[in-house]
Amino acid sequence: MIQLIAFYLFATIVIASAAMVIFARNPVHSVMWLILAFFNAAGLMLLAGAEFIAMLLVIVYVGAVAVLFLFVVMMLNIDFAELRAGFVRYLPLGALVAIILVAELIFALGAWSAGGIDLAARVAPAATDKSNIQQIGELLYTRYIFLFEAAGIILLVAMIGAIVLTHRQRGGVRTQNISSQNQRRPQDATRLVDPGVGQGMEL
Amino acid sequence: MTETFISWGMDADWAWGVATVAGILLIALPLMLAVAMIIYADRKIWAAIALRRGPNVVGPFGLLQSFADGLKVFLQETIIPTGANRGLFLIAPIITFTVALMAWAVIPFNSGAVLADINVGLLYILAISSLGVYGVVLSGWASNSKYPFFSAMRAAAQMISYEVSIGFILVGVVLYADSFNLNEIIKAQQGHGLGIVNAFGFNLLLFPLAVIFLIASLAETARAPFDLTEAESELVAGYQTEYSSMSFALFWLGEYANVLLMATLNAVLFWGGWLPPLNIDLIPWFDIPGIIWLFAKILFFFFIFSWVKATVPRYRYDQLMRLGWKIFLPISLIWIFLISGWLMLTRYS
Repeated sequence: MIQLIAFYLFATIVIASAAMVIFARNPVHSVMWLILAFFNAAGLMLLAGAEFIAMLLVIVYVGAVAVLFLFVVMMLNIDFAELRAGFVRYLPLGALVAIILVAELIFALGAWSAGGIDLAARVAPAATDKSNIQQIGELLYTRYIFLFEAAGIILLVAMIGAIVLTHRQRGGVRTQNISSQNQRRPQDATRLVDPGVGQGMEL
Repeated sequence: MTETFISWGMDADWAWGVATVAGILLIALPLMLAVAMIIYADRKIWAAIALRRGPNVVGPFGLLQSFADGLKVFLQETIIPTGANRGLFLIAPIITFTVALMAWAVIPFNSGAVLADINVGLLYILAISSLGVYGVVLSGWASNSKYPFFSAMRAAAQMISYEVSIGFILVGVVLYADSFNLNEIIKAQQGHGLGIVNAFGFNLLLFPLAVIFLIASLAETARAPFDLTEAESELVAGYQTEYSSMSFALFWLGEYANVLLMATLNAVLFWGGWLPPLNIDLIPWFDIPGIIWLFAKILFFFFIFSWVKATVPRYRYDQLMRLGWKIFLPISLIWIFLISGWLMLTRYS
């Protein structure tokens, strides 16, 4: 009973907040609705018994990706009235994409319910006495190890690419050398002198 | 607790619901009291180090100072700036406060005394603490004012930077404990140091991580010396500048609840949580309850927090970033290699 109520609660909020992402006038509000959608999607994952995925969803999407979205949206001060001006012009294209996506979903659901593919039989059903993390770990590091490492390499390439694209060498920048600063001792920098009266001192 | 309510004649669903609500209240209400007292303790320690008296007027030894402050703040007028984004302006402190309370759900206070004994407890804490940044960022943006906005930008960058190395440190602990469940992590520390000491912190491989975690938790809670988000010499009061009355108090309470949470995490992850420090039964006829040990450890780490606040000058922003990205991140990454290599050699070969 509680599961049922929770499912419909989460599902309704996901759909409603996803709609609000599009309809909200203020981009910052959009990001906030998006975060609400992520959060409730994590709730749905929890209901499905995938607590590891749920936590990762919150950590990665809410904790990192959405913060960057928020950052960018806040900083850029995007004029959304201007962006919205092209709404009618791009409507046919958007509608076409939407129709294709919906059609694909319907095909997929139809194929699934027809039952010819039998995806469930391809992976051995996981033992239920192990925790979520162990199950995923065992699959990832044995059966899918090469795919997993390929994904890692792709991420590494993306990271290096991002660094190369944003890194620029500027000449004439004065930087700090922290270790040399820390190694500096009073006797290197100061000198105790005892000048006679009227003699002054050289620096 | 559910069984107790069932034995009182409730059906299972109701008993579960009532037990959960009772558990939440049992954690949240003492926590609020603890926050009030810890604010007092913070001010007293700070005053003692600065050779002042600190709060000493309201109640005996000034013990009721926090409650007086709370009452004062409660009776003040809530001011919302004209240019502010009303909804987000009011939601921001609520987010900070709620998130600070939520993480306590998985903290074990004694063997089995935990509200939600989930097996991804540590990930839950990471997830919840990554939400904490939204309260600050939103308040900074919604205030529609320069200084809060600067503060929000700083807070976002600071928290994300330190969360990365905190995540890697937690991986080290999880590798040793072989579980994400906080109770299991504590149990794994039983007799960890030569069979005598109940703490990961006495392991030579984990001790550097414990130190980094302590420093990173200072940064994560934006306490001095990393309190750049509310650096009063540059940013007035940071993201709280435009806030007044209860909305300000919520930030305040949330901040200290977070500090307590980080002190608790230090105690739980590295110093044995509710386990006694020594694995020797010194008093065979009497067991000191685990919750006392946990509270003692929390208070010890809180004392370190206020000690640092009273003695260390504030970092500059570039120094903060350098510490996070150029020192803590590489060290914690290398330490994961070291720990997993060591475990492969000793435990899994």
